[in-house]
Amino acid sequence: MKLKSGIILGLLAIGGMAIAQGLVSVKIKGSDTVLPLAQKVSENYMKAHPGSKITVIGGGSGVGIAALMDGTTDVAMSSRKIKMSEKMKLQEAGKNTKEVIIANDALAVVVNTGNKVSRLTREQLEGIYTGKIKNWNEVGGDDAKIIVYSRESSSGTYDFFKEHVMSNKNYASSVLNMPATGAIIQSVSQTKGALAYVGLAYIEKDVKALSVSYDKGKTYTMPSVANAQNKTYPIVRPLYYYYTSTVEKNIKPYIDYILSAEGQKTVLAVGYVPLTK
Amino acid sequence: MNKRILKRYFEKFIESGLMMSSLVTSITVLLIVIFLFKEGFTLFNRSPIEKGMVMVVNKSNPVNALDAAEIKQIFDQQSTHWSDFKGTSDSIQLFRIDEIGNYYTDEQIGENFENIPVLLSRLLDSIPNMVAYVPQKYTQSGFRGKVLTVKAISLSQFLFGTQWFPSAQPAAQVGIMPLLLGTLWVSLIAILIALPFGLATAIYMAEIAHKRTRNLLKPVIELLAGIPSVVYGFFGLVIVVPEIQRLFNLPVGESALAGSIILAIMALPTIISISEDALRSTPRAMREASLALGATKWQTIARVVIPYSSSGITAGAILGIGRAVGETMAVIMVTGNAAVIPHSILEPVRTIPATIAAELGEAPQDSVHFKALFALGCVLFLFTSVINIIVAYISRKRK
Repeated sequence: MKLKSGIILGLLAIGGMAIAQGLVSVKIKGSDTVLPLAQKVSENYMKAHPGSKITVIGGGSGVGIAALMDGTTDVAMSSRKIKMSEKMKLQEAGKNTKEVIIANDALAVVVNTGNKVSRLTREQLEGIYTGKIKNWNEVGGDDAKIIVYSRESSSGTYDFFKEHVMSNKNYASSVLNMPATGAIIQSVSQTKGALAYVGLAYIEKDVKALSVSYDKGKTYTMPSVANAQNKTYPIVRPLYYYYTSTVEKNIKPYIDYILSAEGQKTVLAVGYVPLTK
Repeated sequence: MNKRILKRYFEKFIESGLMMSSLVTSITVLLIVIFLFKEGFTLFNRSPIEKGMVMVVNKSNPVNALDAAEIKQIFDQQSTHWSDFKGTSDSIQLFRIDEIGNYYTDEQIGENFENIPVLLSRLLDSIPNMVAYVPQKYTQSGFRGKVLTVKAISLSQFLFGTQWFPSAQPAAQVGIMPLLLGTLWVSLIAILIALPFGLATAIYMAEIAHKRTRNLLKPVIELLAGIPSVVYGFFGLVIVVPEIQRLFNLPVGESALAGSIILAIMALPTIISISEDALRSTPRAMREASLALGATKWQTIARVVIPYSSSGITAGAILGIGRAVGETMAVIMVTGNAAVIPHSILEPVRTIPATIAAELGEAPQDSVHFKALFALGCVLFLFTSVINIIVAYISRKRK
């Protein structure tokens, strides 16, 4: 008995110290887009605070928020804002959620390096992805069929692009769906008439990024970290952490770390756009 | 004496152990099949829109019911006037619940969304040509609009529908025609490519090659079966796809043909080893009788050995098709996965296994999308079962 209570007391003491030193024990689940960032940040955090235990699991934004509802995760990472319907369900379950933006991600529209088109408007992109525009000569290019690539419908990127660029219309069924961004880059680099969207971090010399206009062609902006940060580049989405207010105290040091200058350095290193102060 | 009894018990024990494992295996298989069909069949007679959501319009709107395809047309703004659906000549105004912030402030909505039903009624009153996609619970107390009936998904819509947009909001489109044709198309061409090659190799190995050559060739071909399919897929994407694009001067190389070539390579080991076994099982007496009658070696192969083993060869070919039909990872990487009905082998296609693999992870459980994927699994299962039954029938005929 004595021994047992001694152990408990000891554990309590360690626990007390733990909170003081910024040790956290947290489960994070959700978006595969946020996954690499969350992993890297958590790794760094655990290195700086030995004894912390952060588990990061992917699965998709929807999966993460669903896990938050049934209490199987402490934090849901999401590449889109929580939906009204999800917010309502969480509220029904009696959970008050907090939202924090941990970084931004810019989507770049890319084409084959041999393509002479270097800029498109949002309306043109919508036309191409919904199947109304089919030939490059309709948007100032050569007479060639536009081969449209997209991520699989299960990805948050697919939804984001649909909402922000295609004004919520459905993709044309002739759009080619690729299982991963790596496969998209490979295909665009070897297909002359290709058009696709990828995360900013994936732009490389094998593909050409286009400048995009959201004001019907008055100004075009190239995708870059700087342009995304000063908000001149339009296709930018925030990456979120959602958590219930009950765990807020426990994970605060971790959240603070992500938002700190050091945490944001990791954001840049992973290929996302750091938050502006 | 004692020892003998012990031995007998031991044998009994082993026997029952063997019986149990076969029982467990059969029950597992049976349970999986039951589970698959139970999940799959709940797709039908279900509303294509998300549970707990409804479509509402102004009371004065003459339109009462819409089906999934019509809802998609409206929300994709392809149909922009109510007259398309036997309504008034007004244009259609769209509203999703997430847009309520564009019309009313947070304060008006209330902290717990308690004012939404009233605001919704007010909105529909002020914009009579609006169609709104909203949660059902906001249409109960004090709501003045009309709830539209949404027609349920039917078996014929599922089998013959040409639109596969299972995650479309508000209404899921679950027509599997393009996927079904894509799968058949890719597998059929794969077998057309694999059969001549496979048969030629099998004949060479069984009849012509020296024992040493065969001993070298056989493990190499078996090695083909051991390569992970994702490696085939990557090989296809980097080598086969650009080559096809260059050869046929196509705008895009991801096509049914690329998938077929990869699948053909993957089906080769099955076809070769089964056909070779069949060829080698031709009785020596028949072969020698043919040679003794003065037939050349080639005549013997063509007229005696191949006809004798034709059922074995057919079984091999059909098993090869079975492998091709169910293959997932290699196909997902090279066929482009566009859910369109294929008109030529040089166009992108989307197959059933690729669709299930790509979409199941993110489909919300219990949603129309989730059930539709299970129903797809049922279709695939029926397909491969038919293939297996044919193989069993042909092999039985052989005896």
